[in-house]
Amino acid sequence: MTFEANGARYETDKDGYLVNLGDWSAEVAEAMAGADGCEMSDAHWEVIHFLREYYAQYETAPAVRVLVKAIGRRLGKEKGNTKYLYELFPYGPAKQASKYAGLPKPTGCI
Amino acid sequence: MSKAQNTGAVKKFLYINRRAPHGSNYAQEGLEMAMVGAAFEQEVAIAFIDDGVFQLKRGQNPAGAGLKNFTAAFGALGDHDIRDIFVERESLEARGLRAEDLLQLVFEDENGKRAEKSAVQIVGGDELAEIIARQDVLLNF
Amino acid sequence: MLHVVNKSPFEKDSLTTCMRLSRPGSHVLLIEDGVYAALGGGAFAARVRESMAARKFYALGADLAARGLGESDLIDGISVIGYDGFVELAASCSAVQSWV
Repeated sequence: MTFEANGARYETDKDGYLVNLGDWSAEVAEAMAGADGCEMSDAHWEVIHFLREYYAQYETAPAVRVLVKAIGRRLGKEKGNTKYLYELFPYGPAKQASKYAGLPKPTGCI
Repeated sequence: MSKAQNTGAVKKFLYINRRAPHGSNYAQEGLEMAMVGAAFEQEVAIAFIDDGVFQLKRGQNPAGAGLKNFTAAFGALGDHDIRDIFVERESLEARGLRAEDLLQLVFEDENGKRAEKSAVQIVGGDELAEIIARQDVLLNF
Repeated sequence: MLHVVNKSPFEKDSLTTCMRLSRPGSHVLLIEDGVYAALGGGAFAARVRESMAARKFYALGADLAARGLGESDLIDGISVIGYDGFVELAASCSAVQSWV
């Protein structure tokens, strides 16, 4: 499968995750979110950047329960809770945010 | 494997790793299984025995050999609430390794406070035998 | 607790590790190529006898027969059991550890 943004085509897997991590840019993330009808705010970007840093360090995309805990520990409890994160990413914070962050589908996600 | 017991209770799971990290997929699969298993709210610990101790060797750089550095994910075990990471002393010594040759895994608690020491615990065979005997479920990789 | 070994001690260190990491009072069952550890004249016999002072050893009869081994070839004191015995043993133990 491919995803088209700003006149370029990017290879994705069957669930829409970028195949090549290097293809990611803020513009691609915006375009992916736009295609889902999601408007990116600073709060969204904070999670996206958190995930990208997490992946750069651990080379694994966290499952939702792990993401909630990790955000709670590093960004504070008011953000490390399911309600806050599902409001930002209603399709599932780990699945949806990992996609916009250009990461593979999280480990343990079905 | 374990005897079927009462449902609902938290069970103790120990993931036993006895293979070196890059020669086969066992090590990577073992780590992924432990991380997935931890999502089921069970008590999960990991033990490294025999060549499994090589998985925790610091400074691994497998990119040049065309391999993924999956051992980076050991640093994420704290976020999976896996905080008991046992290494058998006899296996370590038989391979000429010392504690300082291993990854330091320093995790944060619920409030983001970092622990004072590494979650990697080096234990003697007798102590590890006791730990194994206390488990409900043992999974081998 | 039941410890199961299915690798030949001449090929892998599963048996050695099992003997090191099983508590006194444990049951040790040899199956598949693990049954070669039960050979009375083998290089591991002395270590198995020493371990047997504190542990009960079993070997699966079908796996012995498949390899041309009989009870007379084994270290004295190792019990030969069938599949039913295996099931009974596993059911009577709190947990099973397979040293694969």
